[in-house]
Amino acid sequence: MSTTTGKLLGGTGRFLDDRLHGARGLRTFLRKIFPDHWSFLLGEIALYSFIILLLTGTFLTLFFQPSMTDVVYHGSYTPLDGVHMSEAYASTLNISFDVRGGLLMRQIHHWAAILFVAAIMCHLLRVFFTGAFRKPRELNWIIGVTLFTLAFTEGLFGYSLPDDLLSGTGLRILEGVLLSIPIVGTYLSFFLFGGQFPGHDIIPRLYVIHILLIPALLLALISAHLFLMFHQKHTQMPGKGHTDTNVVGQPMYPYFMAKTGAWFFFIFGVTALLSTFAQINPIWIYGPYNPSGISAGSQPDFYMGFMEGALRMWPSWHWNVGGYSLAFNVFLPAFLPLGLLITGLALWPFIEQWITGDRREHHVNDRPRNAPTRTAIGMGGVAFYGIMWLEGANDIIASQLNISLYLTTEIARYAIFIGPVVAYWVTKRICLGLQRKDNHLLEHGVETGIIRQMPSGEYVELTRPVSEEHRAVLAARAQRPQIEAPAADEVPARSARGGMGRLRVTLNKVLTESVPLPEGNGHGNGHGNGHAAEPTAVTAGDGHAGEVERADGDGAEG
Amino acid sequence: MSETQPGHDLPPDDGGPQSRAPHRVIGTPPPAQARTLLGDAPGAAAPEPPRELPAGPDNPARASRAERVIAACFILSMVASIGFIAAYVGLEVHSLDATLRSNLALGLSMSVAFLAMGVGATIWVRNIMPDVTLVEQRHPLASAEPDREEFTKTFTEGAEASGFVKRPLLRRTLIAASVPLAVAPLVVLRDLGPLPGTSLRHTVWRRGTRMVIFGPNTPLRAADFSTPGQMITVIPQGYAENQEVLAKATTIIIKFAPGEIIPRTPDNPEGTVLNWTVDNIVAYSKICTHVGCPVALYEQTTHHILCPCHQSTFNAVNGAQVLFGPAPRPLPQLPIGVDSQGFLIATSDYHEPVGPAFWELG
Repeated sequence: MSTTTGKLLGGTGRFLDDRLHGARGLRTFLRKIFPDHWSFLLGEIALYSFIILLLTGTFLTLFFQPSMTDVVYHGSYTPLDGVHMSEAYASTLNISFDVRGGLLMRQIHHWAAILFVAAIMCHLLRVFFTGAFRKPRELNWIIGVTLFTLAFTEGLFGYSLPDDLLSGTGLRILEGVLLSIPIVGTYLSFFLFGGQFPGHDIIPRLYVIHILLIPALLLALISAHLFLMFHQKHTQMPGKGHTDTNVVGQPMYPYFMAKTGAWFFFIFGVTALLSTFAQINPIWIYGPYNPSGISAGSQPDFYMGFMEGALRMWPSWHWNVGGYSLAFNVFLPAFLPLGLLITGLALWPFIEQWITGDRREHHVNDRPRNAPTRTAIGMGGVAFYGIMWLEGANDIIASQLNISLYLTTEIARYAIFIGPVVAYWVTKRICLGLQRKDNHLLEHGVETGIIRQMPSGEYVELTRPVSEEHRAVLAARAQRPQIEAPAADEVPARSARGGMGRLRVTLNKVLTESVPLPEGNGHGNGHGNGHAAEPTAVTAGDGHAGEVERADGDGAEG
Repeated sequence: MSETQPGHDLPPDDGGPQSRAPHRVIGTPPPAQARTLLGDAPGAAAPEPPRELPAGPDNPARASRAERVIAACFILSMVASIGFIAAYVGLEVHSLDATLRSNLALGLSMSVAFLAMGVGATIWVRNIMPDVTLVEQRHPLASAEPDREEFTKTFTEGAEASGFVKRPLLRRTLIAASVPLAVAPLVVLRDLGPLPGTSLRHTVWRRGTRMVIFGPNTPLRAADFSTPGQMITVIPQGYAENQEVLAKATTIIIKFAPGEIIPRTPDNPEGTVLNWTVDNIVAYSKICTHVGCPVALYEQTTHHILCPCHQSTFNAVNGAQVLFGPAPRPLPQLPIGVDSQGFLIATSDYHEPVGPAFWELG
């Protein structure tokens, strides 16, 4: 930096600090430490796709007409010349074919929306599986779950705006869902649509919700989410020197700023690349909405797929109770799985805290294998969601795999109960197995593939002790605190009495199931292994050591 | 993270931040003075504090190679951005082919501009900036006990001074006043739409309403709809652009071979009502009784009507009874006849509500 630049910066800095008193706070901000791990980038993808959505969305509002007034089209897309359509649909055609860059902006907006929800889902799973939601981050977790719910609602309302045949069918389903709500459903539907479906109000109403109400909520909650993350400092993955009382990583300025800036460019670049080569939501092919028309293979965007699947697999439960309809064939699939998922996610930190009795602050994340039951429950949830999601595309699956359509639904009806149980069991076994593998590495070191013949004629394989960094990761298996165990006289502790107490003790046993670390870990390496001293010979050569390191496979993270 | 390249004479890296500082030639002015953002404090001659970040890269040779690559990336990005502007100015849209060309040119230049910036910035971080790892201490999030007590005291004092605790009359009337205030915003939403009334129970079909083919909107003679196995969508004449009407009144008519229809009898209460058919032509509502999608797929050989949305399947020969899927009741049958000119007409409205179930349906 030249002296002139320094003076200029110094002058500006002084001007601002004289008025804002920012030097001290800003200095802390610049030196804020950010831990490194690839999985921490998932949340950033969500953040940056949101920014892309704001930018491209603003552009689209300049040209889009949220109106259901009937017009006859005479634009550049000649196949639809002379066709009756809503102004909303006509203006979307106009954006696509008569505004330079309009099609690109529409496609970036749609791809970014898909990326936004997908990144939120991956980020949510990352936080769940690593236990990053634990105290003190429960509030931020709840904000995150709210953001997830808002995000796919925002997506649903957004792709409904062009008033094309596909999204209009989606709105028709929304009407059916509203009508199924007991007592107030018919009224809700008439109020939302401004009368009978489709009416002339739904597009303008969804528009204001889509461009004002939900984005404002998203913006406010994302800000709160980031502020809390910043204030509480980011969690870190286990590693050498990583403790619950420190943050190890690189400073905000210039490292994190440069890295995250690059990441933003990559995400925008990839979204632009997708929008250049991968067509998305070609509404001119679907045609304008008409309640009499539909095309086979209608699919919503991926994040609504699980709701669609629930609607498809649910039995035709409908009862007439005292002259009124209980349309549980629609009401339950529309609200029960979603409600279970959202409530379960929001309450999980508190449920886990109650079961484990662990009220300590946690800043070092769990490796998923080190919380086998939590990971297994999470995978059970993933299976539950995934089966509904697949069933949402059962017609495509049936036609692609050439199997009976009805069979796919029958399978889904069983799989929704069996799948999560199997996923739970398999995941738990895998986690416990991985823990044993870690123990093996800690106790016996890394196999080198070097076989040596002993003077006695015996052949042994040399092992190399795991590196300090790797050992810190492997040994990061927190012993979970036991809730009060029965005293010597076998009388259960106060908190373990009664139905809830006994339930808690049982759940605690299941939730804290884990393979204990080998005794004396962290010091002795390969005790019981007569050749513990040998590995020095192997680590001597530089290049050789690198080779051995790679063979180890499960190295310390980035 | 940093890779040590063989062949370069580097100071030993033991992980400590100080040890990574490159060797400096004696006499170089201390950089901290030149870059003090807030200007020099007058008369300050304090010794320079230890640096947290080294000023130079870990590997200067590698850094200067990287510098050229980064600069090339940024220039590429610049060229791509200029290309984007050129493509915007130079390429018109207004047709499928032109839009395709414009989208390719704009999208590609935009992607390259962003990706080149990203690549450049990444190489910059990895090769120019010295690889450091710093440690920051966390502090317990809970406030110190005296602070908490102080807060409680302040809060309690404020509550007491306000009289909110001591004067229940004020407290209760304030709460009583807020309740209707909170309800009012809900009440003003009432005019969002009309009340449903019985509108979901009726369609515009009347005795004598002609059926027209959906699309061309031409009426249809029963004699012209003569091939068994055919299915077409019809709508009431004069309502082609009225979506609220179509959302309930859209109907499918199917022609069967003689004897295929299974009539409604006391033993088969869901069967097709023969009196409501003409010449083996049967009319059913096209609006699925599940959530209202049009049931558009018809399989001639099995006489199955299938809803493409959620795959509810109805038996067309037997009163559209539900064979599979989440639909709870058959598609309602429309009574049809022919007028004096032989055109297909409705002979009344549907005898039961069409479309998805709603609370008042019963």
